[in-house]
Amino acid sequence: MTSGLTADTKMESVSGSPDKDAAILPAKKASGEFLYFALRSKKFLVALGILFVLIVIAVFGPIIDATDPLAQNGIPIQPPTADAGNWFGTTYFGEDVFAQFANGLRATFFVGLLGGGLAALIGMAVGFTAGYRGGWIDEILNMLTNVVLVIPTLAVLIVITSYLKARGVFFEAIFVGITSWPWAARAIRAQTFSLRSRDFVDLAKLSGRGTWRIIVQEIAPNMSSYLFMTFILLFGGAILIAASLDFIGLGPTGGMSLGLMMFNAVTWAALNLGIWWWFIPPGIGIMATVGALYVMNVGLDEIFNPKLRDI
Amino acid sequence: MPGDPVASLVARTGGVSSDGTAALVKYYNELFGLNKSLPEQFINFWASLLQGDLGRSVFGHGRPVTEQIMGAVPFTLALLIPAILLSWWAGNSFGALAARRKWLDNTVLPVGYILTATPYMWLGLVFAFVLGFTFKIFPLSGGYGYNLEPSLTWRFFTDLVAHWIMPFLSLFVVMFGGWAIGMRNMIIYELESDYSRYLEALGAPQGLVRKYAFRNAMLPQITGLALQLGVIVAGSLVTEIVFSYPGVGQLLFNAIKSSDYFLLQGIFLFIIVGVLLANFIVDIVYIIVDPRTRVGMRGGTA
Repeated sequence: MTSGLTADTKMESVSGSPDKDAAILPAKKASGEFLYFALRSKKFLVALGILFVLIVIAVFGPIIDATDPLAQNGIPIQPPTADAGNWFGTTYFGEDVFAQFANGLRATFFVGLLGGGLAALIGMAVGFTAGYRGGWIDEILNMLTNVVLVIPTLAVLIVITSYLKARGVFFEAIFVGITSWPWAARAIRAQTFSLRSRDFVDLAKLSGRGTWRIIVQEIAPNMSSYLFMTFILLFGGAILIAASLDFIGLGPTGGMSLGLMMFNAVTWAALNLGIWWWFIPPGIGIMATVGALYVMNVGLDEIFNPKLRDI
Repeated sequence: MPGDPVASLVARTGGVSSDGTAALVKYYNELFGLNKSLPEQFINFWASLLQGDLGRSVFGHGRPVTEQIMGAVPFTLALLIPAILLSWWAGNSFGALAARRKWLDNTVLPVGYILTATPYMWLGLVFAFVLGFTFKIFPLSGGYGYNLEPSLTWRFFTDLVAHWIMPFLSLFVVMFGGWAIGMRNMIIYELESDYSRYLEALGAPQGLVRKYAFRNAMLPQITGLALQLGVIVAGSLVTEIVFSYPGVGQLLFNAIKSSDYFLLQGIFLFIIVGVLLANFIVDIVYIIVDPRTRVGMRGGTA
């Protein structure tokens, strides 16, 4: 839930000097410097390690354990044991919890990547245009941003998703993407605002380059680290929103996701039967993924921003 | 939205003859005003909305939507308001305390990030499992015991509080992490700024510098509260579902399950107006807290 907050904070801290310094350095030297600090940042490395393990489970888990996550052919309500094929136990219906977890983790990364990516794209398009063009375009885009920002997103998502009889993870990701961009647009607009009156932008304008080329070639590279961090925060946010949506029972139909596992566990009274292995793994999966993304973001901030480095 | 609510309502009544079914369908269509043409229904909707009438609920067997929402709102507000205010206060104080203090900072930062990354409903599930199921300290579900009637007795009140604690705690803990991190980051940023350095150079005590930094860092946190309201409300909705707490979230869940659009529409209208109103209140608080906005409004420059 801090996604908005941390971003605002980042916006302040990044708007200091670091990006200017980085821009002055030749590209190769700058990236070498970032790599140097990246390999020494404990936060970055630990988060990267956790994410790597999770991605391996998401990618190879369903291949190694090819059990259908919805096949009800195990012994019902089996606690986890060390036996192969029963690492996470079974559900009330005898479904394999590990197969569900691995497939759900896949869906989670997919939603984060697509939803977060889409939100980042819209946020950048709106933020750059509003910040660079200014004037009435800015006014209109700003109004749009504020409207989408204030509307409780989950409520709108519920209406849209309940219209669809069959829902896939793909559509869920798209919906999450189109509703979670406003704070990113706002932050990028503010950054663009501070960059657009700099000398190098004026020079580019004088040389007669078009608006989009100036934005892509002059403004975006000067806040590339910031854009990347915005994407990471949107990635994590999209995962959390999708999990809430799944939990209300509007998740993918016929598919599997971590939120859906929790929904099923609650619906079939896992709490009253004490089947803890049904709802604990999906929550840990989400928490580890999003937590690692957030911590990685802090690590990146320290790598890109010399003021925050304590190495 | 797909699905015929009247058909599902009649189906739920069950065990009536075909004549009876036809009569029921006719009765419900008249009750919900579905026998009129679409434009007429639309005008009716706005006319009754202006009179504070949101129609009748299918889930509640034809009870007015307004009555159902009003019955659920006190529970949701009793959860949300203390959780938001207490977590905001506690998180901010704790975050400010932790900033730039090696030991505290090293614990607050990871714990805070893990907490904000936790889905609300999962923390609720964990609390319910540990405190409710394993140790049986608090009741697992409901707003009050099923054997009690709402009344102004001491027994009912303690029961109400016992049911309230777990949903409140899960909301509080997740939000606490977010505020603590936000405040810590802001304080670090403020301590780097010129006025703090100047104060330090003058030899002002650490406590004084921090006090000024805290007051400046408060402002973005108030804006953050306004930005986060939508997410917080969403969090309380799913938390209520975990504990079957009889608030707006649980009502929404039931409305979705029984494809009750009258109720859904009413709840959305209510949530959106509520969030807008809360945003408005935060804006006013901001003006009270930040003297610069007041000067700006009178036409001066800060």
